[in-house]
Amino acid sequence: MSAFTKSGKINPLLGPVHIDSIGAAQTIINITNLQFAWHRDALPVLDIAQLNIAQGERVFIEGPSGSGKSTLLNLLAGVATPNHGKLMVLGQNLNEMNGAERDRFRADHVGFIFQLFNLIPYLSVVENVTLPCRFSRLRRDKAIQNGFNLQAEAMRLLTHLEMNDPDLLDKPVSELSVGQQQRVAAARALVGSPDLLIADEPTSSLDANLRESFIRLLFDECASRGTTLIFVSHDPSLEKLFDRTVRLTDINRAERPAIHVLRRGK
Amino acid sequence: MMSIYALAIKSLLNRKLTVLLTVAVISLSVTLLLGVERIRHEARNSFTSTISGTDLIVGARSNRIALLLSSIFHIGSAENSISWESFEEYSENPQVRWAIPLSLGDSHRGFRVLGTNDDYFNYFRYGQDRSPQLSAGQRFAADNELVLGAEVAEKLSYKIGDRVVVSHGAGEFSFRDHDENPFTVVGILAPTGTPVDRTLIVDLSGIDKIHADSTLEGSDHDSFDLFIKGVDKHDHGDEPEQITAFLLGLKSRGAALGLQRTINTYDKEPLTAAMPGVTLQELWEAIGVAENALLAVACFVVVVGLFGLLVTLLTSINERRREMAILRSVGARPHHLFGLMVGEATLVTLSGVAVGVALLQLLLLVGQSLIASRFGLYIQGVGLSFNQLLLILLICGCGVLIGFIPGYRVYRYSLADGMTVKL
Repeated sequence: MSAFTKSGKINPLLGPVHIDSIGAAQTIINITNLQFAWHRDALPVLDIAQLNIAQGERVFIEGPSGSGKSTLLNLLAGVATPNHGKLMVLGQNLNEMNGAERDRFRADHVGFIFQLFNLIPYLSVVENVTLPCRFSRLRRDKAIQNGFNLQAEAMRLLTHLEMNDPDLLDKPVSELSVGQQQRVAAARALVGSPDLLIADEPTSSLDANLRESFIRLLFDECASRGTTLIFVSHDPSLEKLFDRTVRLTDINRAERPAIHVLRRGK
Repeated sequence: MMSIYALAIKSLLNRKLTVLLTVAVISLSVTLLLGVERIRHEARNSFTSTISGTDLIVGARSNRIALLLSSIFHIGSAENSISWESFEEYSENPQVRWAIPLSLGDSHRGFRVLGTNDDYFNYFRYGQDRSPQLSAGQRFAADNELVLGAEVAEKLSYKIGDRVVVSHGAGEFSFRDHDENPFTVVGILAPTGTPVDRTLIVDLSGIDKIHADSTLEGSDHDSFDLFIKGVDKHDHGDEPEQITAFLLGLKSRGAALGLQRTINTYDKEPLTAAMPGVTLQELWEAIGVAENALLAVACFVVVVGLFGLLVTLLTSINERRREMAILRSVGARPHHLFGLMVGEATLVTLSGVAVGVALLQLLLLVGQSLIASRFGLYIQGVGLSFNQLLLILLICGCGVLIGFIPGYRVYRYSLADGMTVKL
């Protein structure tokens, strides 16, 4: 883990990105006048006039609990659908897809890292990494293209994320440390080169000194494949690492609910 | 999708203890149910094969089932005897091919003594037209000779040449022993799986001789004997005065119904004639209730086993909501998660059934001889009957259906939770 500090090659990527270069890149997410409410008659919890994210961009979405972060992620993942407005991801209108199409879209194009418990306890490290390839032929083919076969590609990613110690690979995933688990989760999210990587508070269970190095490893991998990274957190101390910060409280016009309610969606 | 079943297997292996316990519960219940079904089948078989080839059983006027029970199964005792004249009259009937007299009422250490004659060995049939075969020795030739059923010989460790004393009455401890007339064992029958195994067979004249002698020697007996004599109105001559029942084999089966009517309306003595097949059927229907109750209990045990499976799966899904969200995030569709649950239920049920069937076959293999000697049930070989296969299919179907319940819940959860379960 001391390796995180010798990240000289990563540093250039952390520099500010010129506005011009973003403008020139292809827009990967385009949100226009999007509204989302849990019920037809309920007040919207998310109401965004405009949000564009370009390909390859590293965006920090910051907001306290209840600001609509989870809702936004569910919308981007195609798990929830907006009530109004346009939600374009990779040039495709998610509103116009049915559930199965959105599931397929997510399997093919989106990688996820959660805050905690990212791994399936009954699968090995490598099996966890290759899991998305069981559900997406596209990512499976890409992974095999990248790395000769699935195992080799998983090992390549794990090596990049400094998780290739044979002792670690043979352990049940539940016996890995949180930092190790998160790196396995990152390898899984990246396998088969998805276009979009969504990380939902992936570092909030990590010690402060591990956070930055984890994020830099993530950046390195994303940069090498042109993957767009959307990083959600309530921790403003991380925002300096990113190209751009989106403050949900600024762009969400919906009235903030006083209490973050446990929801049961449709 | 193939990979979902691979996941189901790994997920089950990850929860070895609960899964093994659930498989154990299901397999034991399956063993019980299939075992009950098997024994039920064998019991019915052995029951209906107790007597065959006999067209009519004739005894004193009574209920047909009581007549069958007392004369063939040696359960209970006939309340009245019938006269030798009646036997002679019907054995000489032109429609009758053979007749076997039966005299019951004496016992030896809990086993019934049957007085009959040589025709018993010639004509009595059980099962698929099988006659009792001697495994050792020969038939009785004198009135103090005796042939043992297989079980009697084994339980009491008797062999050819042993002397046996017969008591009057049917109990284990009789009011008095006919010690004056010990019998000599001259033959032992091979096992038949019928009440014959638990019977001592003597010549009719032997039985009458006992009673005649003991009556003459009245002075030796205690006061209780007077009471017995009062009830037991034996008046023995050279020919037996009375017998308990007789079996008739007819020249033509079709004559049975007519002859039955004739016997039932015989005017010299109140007689009852019963056709064994019909009466066995009636009797089986009466005791079939118990048999069905047993089957019902076994079915309920299987239901309990399947409920165990349901509980295991339902408790697991609450702890696995996180896992389901992860699977969703990597592209699993709700129907994949449904399939995962149904797959797990199916795998557990199938292994439970497989272990259960194997266990039953093993038990049958090991227990065959024990069951035969203890209960007189001969279970032929291993393997599954059509009924058992049907039950197995039914259990497997129920197991799959049970997976639908947690499957549906997981499906609902996966739609509601999306990617954002915070646990």
